[in-house]
Amino acid sequence: MSISSKIVDDVVAAGIAFVTTVPCKQLAGVIDEVEARPEIYHIPSNKEDEGMGLCAGAFMGGKKPMIIMQNTAIGVTINTLATLTQFYRMPLPMLISYRGELREPVACQVEMAVHTKALLNQLLIPTFHFHKEADAEELPEILSYTFMCNKPVAILTDASFWGGYGDQ
Amino acid sequence: MIRSEILKEIAPILRDQLVVCNIGIPSQELHAIDDQPSNFYMLGTMGLASSIGLGLALAQPKPVVVIDGDGSILTNMGTLPTIANNVANNYILMIIDNGSYGSTGDQPTYTGKKTSLAKVAEACGCERVVECKDVDTGAVLQDALDSGEMTIMVVKCDSGNAKMPVITMDPVVIRDRFMKAVQA
Ligand SMILES: Cc1ncc(C[n+]2csc(CCOP(=O)(O)OP(=O)(O)O)c2C)c(N)n1
Ligand SMILES: [Mg+2]
Repeated sequence: MSISSKIVDDVVAAGIAFVTTVPCKQLAGVIDEVEARPEIYHIPSNKEDEGMGLCAGAFMGGKKPMIIMQNTAIGVTINTLATLTQFYRMPLPMLISYRGELREPVACQVEMAVHTKALLNQLLIPTFHFHKEADAEELPEILSYTFMCNKPVAILTDASFWGGYGDQ
Repeated sequence: MIRSEILKEIAPILRDQLVVCNIGIPSQELHAIDDQPSNFYMLGTMGLASSIGLGLALAQPKPVVVIDGDGSILTNMGTLPTIANNVANNYILMIIDNGSYGSTGDQPTYTGKKTSLAKVAEACGCERVVECKDVDTGAVLQDALDSGEMTIMVVKCDSGNAKMPVITMDPVVIRDRFMKAVQA
């Protein structure tokens, strides 16, 4: 079974039924899986803060939400994380592609990679880092932890976790 | 009419609906005019009322009325294609288009100049878009509720704010009582 379908199996098993995405090359397989599952309402958003708004509404409507995005979106979502998700105490698992780590072919991605953990840390967001495929075994625990504590929680997934960048 | 006069007039319609209200003075006005557990007041996060309301409408069956502003729609313009392509027939987006950033002192926005939000919404694919005058807001809102179709309202009105107190309710209380109203 592919790592993408394993991840989305865990998402479905956690009762998550509302997923918003903004693509990253590394997340393409997961997004395809999300789209394919009848248990999940997949709503692509145009910007990640918009997606977090959708997730806040879905949560208040009784659905467990999730956002899938790239780490370059941390900057544009800080205000939303602080004044919506955290201020109103809402849970939000964030599956994040951690661009700009080892095996990264695009130099520009490194510029946000060096800020990613610092920003999450500054926001007091619980952060988990998947570097090897076996790290994903903790995903079910991370998801139940997120809905236990009603916080945004970051899951950073780097290139080594995804097995590199294919032909690049 | 200014926003607060419109809100006073439509309060009897709003009190039976789930309402998501825009940041700043709009929420302060609604809170002072007719506070209800079924009102979700945004205390920050300019721009996301329409998105929060859409997520809510897609997640459960009760009608949702979003009271938004022209400035907030302009800052989150990507919301309109998402709304158009994820039709929720229990969703009404009411944009109070006063042509200004009201809460921050009525600085003009582009909708008071060349930009038409109704046309933008149509171009984005929204199918039921109604632009109306302030005096017609109640009738158009009731009609939208009765239609059972997703509706985008653009209410053209005057710029100006009523002086109302800041909302001091804890955000978790706002959220908790709102969720209870959703489930009721
Ligand atoms: C990111 C961000 N920038 C600026 C502000 C300040 N601000 C709060 S409300 C507001 C105006 C909103 O205008 P509109 O949505 O048209 O609502 P109105 O008050 O006119 O009804 C602004 C600029 C903010 N809260 N957040
Ligand atoms: Mg305005």
